[in-house]
Amino acid sequence: MNFLILHAPILIIAIPLLAAFATLLISKISPKLRNIFVITVLSFVLFLVLLLAHQVYTSGMQVYVLGSNQTTVATPSGYSIPVRIMLTVDGASIFMAIITAIVSLVGAIYSLSFMKKYSGLDKYYTLLLLMSVGMFGMEFTGDMFNLFVFLEILSISSCALVAFWTHKGEPSEAAFKYMVLSCIGALFVLFATALFYGQYNALNIAMIASRMKYSLLDKIALGLLVAVFAMKCGAVPMHMWTPDAYSKAPAPITAMLVVASQASLYALFRGVFTLYNVTLNCLTVGWIIIILGVLSMFIGVTMALPQHDVKRLMAYHAISQTGYMLLGIGVGLAVLGDTNALNSYGLMAMKGGLFHIINHAMYKGLLFLTAGAIFYVTGTRDLNKMGGLAHKMPLTAIFFMIGALSIAGMPPFNGFASKIMIYESVYKFNPVLSILAMVVSILTLASFVKVFHSAFMGPQLPEYKNVKEVPKSMLIGMGILSFMIILFGVFPDIVVNTIVAPAANALVNQGSYITKILGGA
Amino acid sequence: MRGMSKIVRTITNILYSFIIIFGFYIIMHGHLTPGGGFQGGAVVASAFALLVVSYGALKIKDMLKAKNFSVSECSGLLAFIGLGFLGIGTVFFYNFLAGKGGLFGNVIYGINPGDLNTAGVLPLMNIAVGIEVLSGLTLIILYMFNANNPKEEK
Repeated sequence: MNFLILHAPILIIAIPLLAAFATLLISKISPKLRNIFVITVLSFVLFLVLLLAHQVYTSGMQVYVLGSNQTTVATPSGYSIPVRIMLTVDGASIFMAIITAIVSLVGAIYSLSFMKKYSGLDKYYTLLLLMSVGMFGMEFTGDMFNLFVFLEILSISSCALVAFWTHKGEPSEAAFKYMVLSCIGALFVLFATALFYGQYNALNIAMIASRMKYSLLDKIALGLLVAVFAMKCGAVPMHMWTPDAYSKAPAPITAMLVVASQASLYALFRGVFTLYNVTLNCLTVGWIIIILGVLSMFIGVTMALPQHDVKRLMAYHAISQTGYMLLGIGVGLAVLGDTNALNSYGLMAMKGGLFHIINHAMYKGLLFLTAGAIFYVTGTRDLNKMGGLAHKMPLTAIFFMIGALSIAGMPPFNGFASKIMIYESVYKFNPVLSILAMVVSILTLASFVKVFHSAFMGPQLPEYKNVKEVPKSMLIGMGILSFMIILFGVFPDIVVNTIVAPAANALVNQGSYITKILGGA
Repeated sequence: MRGMSKIVRTITNILYSFIIIFGFYIIMHGHLTPGGGFQGGAVVASAFALLVVSYGALKIKDMLKAKNFSVSECSGLLAFIGLGFLGIGTVFFYNFLAGKGGLFGNVIYGINPGDLNTAGVLPLMNIAVGIEVLSGLTLIILYMFNANNPKEEK
């Protein structure tokens, strides 16, 4: 057990990586064996993540240094600065890793039935595992260059998965758009990394943070990083790839793409809070992120209202919900220098934003999976062609209702818990923002009432007379997420105190992050 | 796609084995000289590309089977990551063979004529990368020449 805990950070990244390529060989033996293998590996990774999470919450940040004999010492063998590749796992990293592990496992379970009739599944599962490698890597990395490497792994594997149904034509277009934007984005990250390296002779995040001077070059790097990661998480002026990629990808992949965009969100927060922290002009940068958030919220939801394609509609809602997270974190950043304001409402806003990340991954994942279930039985994503599905698919209808009420912020589901935290704390910062957020929430409810009505309510349509409830593995996938939603909605205080608060504290306390890696210096 | 003239095919017959040997030379000396697994693998793949171009995709499809290359590609990748896992007694990717003597563990000081038995797991990793790259690039070439769907060829 100690061995597992000690090596957990690298094992969480390396086991899916090994499994990804073993999957290709195992599928040549038997597809059934491959399915069991993939599920086993992802379950084991979830177990490791929970083990590591327990370790992080009890004994603080974990550091794993590659290439030396002492894995937990950041500067071994007499070096005064960290030169080696390093994985750092603090509250914020492990928080994101929990989300990634749960949704990857659910996505894989759901895929068992959903993707059954398609060919090329060996490559599908390989890419799915690689995608989770990319996400875990981005969340655990301790240096800027590996952030770029894992960002690329994530982008390439998710592009390939978006284009999985190539024969339909449109997925290729969506994937191409995503790929071009991701490549340009990744080059921006590389350029920003080069700017840091040129100035501070270091790639390690803690090292750069401790030497941060906020010069003109740092401002350029900050602009590049914020632009790229806001683009990758789908904030509004750069959101054009999101509806295409989300709606054209297979449903389990869409649920994972939501988490992939949140990994970028994490990278944005890591950059702003850990790299720069108080050296930057908090109020200005905070407001930039708030404005990005408000724009995403409002434009996302208004674009969602007129959609007929159920997955495209949900994709616009994903943009809109990302706005809430940016709003919460932006308020936290704007008051970062002001201790009183930070303690009275800034930290609460950040907790709300972070809590919304995990809630969003759960309910948006669930909604995309139900959309996939509808597509699975009807073969269409057009809302005008659906109707009366609740007669034949009661469980899917219930799951959809749980997801829809949660995204609209209805108690007792988890969306309510995080939204009320955001409303209350943002109201103290600026009442107008809070009111806007509530209006967006009402519009979200309106839009999902429409979807529920046109897909599930009404008389049974003759063309869907023979549809059946979706297969078991899809129901299990949706069931796990519904269970998490209700659990988080009923006991929000426990979740906030155990996993969200450490994440928020880890982001705010840049000093302890640096001290842990560089020592007392 | 049809093959090329007899001159090209004869030259290919003479050359391609040498290109493959040169590629493996670069892979094996990866830890001593410029180049390594990736570069050597690319050289080997270029020999297969030469075969495909000169003989045409139709004739070559029995000799170079995409399925075999797919298997060897995975094996290369698995070998690479597996070597990383073997070091986990100390740390992931630890060079557990270095300095242990034997086939890969000689310790060399100063100028030497190029002792191959050094650097621990590095030569093994170069070989793994070499296998992966040569099969990966060959697969790309085969798919590009549509060697798997000869029916569509005119």
